[in-house]
Amino acid sequence: MRIPVETFRLDNGLFVTLSEDHTAPIAAVNLWYHVGSANEKVGRTGFAHLFEHMLFQGSAHVGSNEHFELIQRAGGTLNGSTWLERTNYFETVPSNELALALWLEADRMGELLPAMTQEKLDTQRDVVKNERRWAVDNQPYGTMLEKMQELVFPPSHPFQHSLIGSMEDLSAASLDDIAQFFATYYTPDNAVLSVAGDFDSKEALAMIREYFGPVPKGKGKPPLPPMSLPPVFGSRLREVVPDNVSLPRLFMAFRSPVFGSEEYYAASVAAALLGMRKGSRLQRALVRERQIAADAGAFTFDLAKASDLLVVDVTARPEIAVGQLEEEVEREIDVLYRDGVSDEEVQRAIALIETDLVASLQSAGERADRLSMFATYFGQPELVNEQADRYRHVTVQRVNELVSERFGENNRASLIYVPREGVASESMLAVAAGAN
Amino acid sequence: MVTTLRPKPGLVRSYRFPRFTDRILASGIHLITAPVAKLPVVTVLVIVDAGSANDPAGREGAAALTAGMLLEGTAHLNGAELAEMFERLGTSVESGADWDSAFVKITMLSERLDEAVTLLGQVLSEPGFPEREVERLKAERLAEILQLETEPRGLADEKFSEFLYSPVSRYSRPDEGSAESVSALSRADVEQFYRARYRTGSTTVIVVGDVSVNNTRTLVEKAFQDWASGSASGQQLIATARTSQKSVHIVDKQDAPQSELRVGHVGLPRNNPDFFPTLVMNAVLGGLFGSRINLNLREARGYTYGASSYYDWRRGPGPFVVSTAVESEVTAPALREIFLEIERICSDRISEEELSLARDYLDGVFPIGDLWAARRLLRCISGTNPQCID
Repeated sequence: MRIPVETFRLDNGLFVTLSEDHTAPIAAVNLWYHVGSANEKVGRTGFAHLFEHMLFQGSAHVGSNEHFELIQRAGGTLNGSTWLERTNYFETVPSNELALALWLEADRMGELLPAMTQEKLDTQRDVVKNERRWAVDNQPYGTMLEKMQELVFPPSHPFQHSLIGSMEDLSAASLDDIAQFFATYYTPDNAVLSVAGDFDSKEALAMIREYFGPVPKGKGKPPLPPMSLPPVFGSRLREVVPDNVSLPRLFMAFRSPVFGSEEYYAASVAAALLGMRKGSRLQRALVRERQIAADAGAFTFDLAKASDLLVVDVTARPEIAVGQLEEEVEREIDVLYRDGVSDEEVQRAIALIETDLVASLQSAGERADRLSMFATYFGQPELVNEQADRYRHVTVQRVNELVSERFGENNRASLIYVPREGVASESMLAVAAGAN
Repeated sequence: MVTTLRPKPGLVRSYRFPRFTDRILASGIHLITAPVAKLPVVTVLVIVDAGSANDPAGREGAAALTAGMLLEGTAHLNGAELAEMFERLGTSVESGADWDSAFVKITMLSERLDEAVTLLGQVLSEPGFPEREVERLKAERLAEILQLETEPRGLADEKFSEFLYSPVSRYSRPDEGSAESVSALSRADVEQFYRARYRTGSTTVIVVGDVSVNNTRTLVEKAFQDWASGSASGQQLIATARTSQKSVHIVDKQDAPQSELRVGHVGLPRNNPDFFPTLVMNAVLGGLFGSRINLNLREARGYTYGASSYYDWRRGPGPFVVSTAVESEVTAPALREIFLEIERICSDRISEEELSLARDYLDGVFPIGDLWAARRLLRCISGTNPQCID
C-alpha cells in the first residue's frame, strides 16, 4: 500500500509535494511553516499562535476574514494550527477550486503586511485571550501541556514555555513584532506546500509556480538555541497541581527518543502496549481488573527535535485517593521496567497502529498533512509510505531495550492534578437557580 | 509580486457518492455495502434502533449501558478476552448510543475482515453482560457525572436541556443517565433492554471499504444468523418545552474566567419538510465562521474564541442552540448581541450574498470530510432513507 508522492523545489526554496488521487473530486492544500512556539523570543510567549490568527485577517488582495468566506463559498473547509515546532494552514476544496486555495495561500505568504492594522491585532489578541480562558484556564486539566513543558524541559529550552502564551506576553505583542516575525519565518524557503487529491500534477505545479514563484526567498532564520538533552531526566520530577477538577489525574512523562528515529518506533509501540485500547496493560490492570482508574492511556508528543516525550495518562476513580493512584501506576511501570514486554503484546500494538495508519490515509487532508510533516522535519515526504514497515520491524528485543533505557526511576516526571479544596463537596448540578 | 487576479473556479467535476448496494436480508437486517478499493481497509458499522430515547422511565442510561456492555463479554469470552481477540486482529472497535440508535463500529485491514465480522456477530447476538462489568461501567459513568461538575461546557449543555424540556420529556435528562438513574440500573435492566430492542429487523449493517458485495452478504448473513429476529416496537416520545415564556437560568460558578452561554428553544425533528431551508438559515445565523453570530461576537467584538448556532437533529425535536463562551465580564452585552441576532434573522431579510455563501458552502462541502467513513450514511438513515445521498 503506497500513495504516490512527487516532489519539486521552486527557485525561491518552496518545497512542493503532490499526491494525486482521483477517488473523489476534492483537493487538499496543506502549507507547513517551520516555525512554532519554540522560535519565540523571551517575553513573547504565545506569539506564533497569535500570528496564526493574524493570517486570517487578510493580505494585500484579500479582505479581513475574506479567506474564510471565499473558501467556504467554494464549498471548502479550512483552518490553521500551531505547535511547538511548526504552524500549518490548510484547505480542502472541491477540486475545481484548487487554484483559489493556492492563490489565497500565496497572497498571504507574499504580501501579508499591507493588511495588518493595530485594530485587527487588538481584536485577535482578545480572541486569543478568550481561547486561553476557554481551552486552558476554564477547562479541567487544561493547563496540562504548559505545566508539563515547564516540568520536563530546563529553563530557556525552546520547548519549555507555553504555546498559548501568558496574558501578559499576549498584551505586549506589537505590529512591529508581526512585521519582524513575518519577514523572518513566513518565507517560501521555510515552508512546505503539499497538495493531495483530484488534480493533474502538471497543471497544479504550473499554478503553484505562477502564484508562489514571485514570492521572494527569505534571508534565513536565526538558529534555535541548542536543544539536545541527556536521554533521561536524571532524577525523579514531580509536581502536584491543586485545580478545579473533580478527579485526581496523573500524567507521568518519560523522556524518549526523538520522533522519526529507529528507537522512536519502539517507544511508540511501548506507548501503545501500555495505553492503546482496552487490551492495553494500563486499561486491563487499572481500569478493568483493579478498578482504581476511570480511564487510562499513553501517547507520544512526536517531537522531531532532540528528544520526544512519552506520557502515561491515568484518571482516578472517585473513591481512590491520589496517593494510591500514584502508587498503582508506579507499580505498573516498575513491573514493565523489571520484566519487559512479551512478543504477543508487541504484535497486538503493531497491528492496531497499522490499522490506524492505513485508515488515516483515507482522508485527502490527512495525506497532505503527513506529506508536509515528513517534508518539513526530514526533507522526505515519501516517508509517509515507510511508516507501516518501520513499525513492522520493531521487535520485542528493541522494545525491551527501550524500556530498560527509558522507564527507570531516573526518567519519570509526574504531573498530578488533585481537586482543590472544596471542589468535590460543592455540587454544581444541584445549585442551579431558575428565574423567569 | 503575487498575481493580484483572483482565480476563477475551473469546470465542476462530477461527483457521485460511492456506489452502494442496499438490500434487506432474509433475517430482516438492512445491509448496505459500498465497495471502495482504494486502501486495504474496511469499516463495518452496525446500527440498532436502541437509542437513549427508548430508556424506560427512571432507568435513564439503560441504552448507553447496554451498548457499552456489548463489548464487555459474550457467552463464550469474558471482557478481557474479547478485547484481546479484536486487538490481535488489529481491529479498532467502539460502541455507544445516541438518542436515536445504538451502534457498534469496527475498522480493520481487509485481510482480517472475516474473523473480525465473525466476532462482531457474537458481540451482537450472544452478549454475556457479566455482572461485574455492569457494575464497573456504572461506576465509570458515575465518575463521568462527577467530572461534569467541573467541566463548564458539558455542564452548560446538560443544564440547558434540563431547563428547556418539560421534566416528563426524555430529552430533559442526560442521554447517558443521571447519578440517580444510573445507580438504579442492574444487569436485569440491561438484559431486558437488549431483548426488547436488539432485533435483526431493527438493524442496519453498513460495510464500506475494500470489499466485494457478494462476499460481504455471505459474511454478514453467517455472522448474524443466531440473532433474534423481529423488530423493536416504536416508542412515544414527549418533547414539549418546559415553558412558553422567555426564561433565564444562571448556574453560578464562583471565579470562573468565562461564562458558558446557551440560548435557544425546542427545534425541529429531522424529518421536518423544512430541513434543508433550516440548515441554510442556520448557516447564515451561526453555522459558519462567516455567520452573523460569529462575526459579531468574535470578529467585531473579540468577546469570544468562537460563537455558533446549531440544530441537534434527532427523530424528535432536538434543541436549537446558540453556544459560546465569553469572558465573564461581558456576559450581559454578549447575551444582548445573541438576542439581537436571533431577532434580526426573524425580521431582516437574508441578503442574496449571505444566502449564496450558506447554500454554496453546504452544497460544495458534502463530498469532503471522512468521505468513506460510514458516518454520512448513518445520518441519512436515521432520518429517512439512504437514497437521499444521491
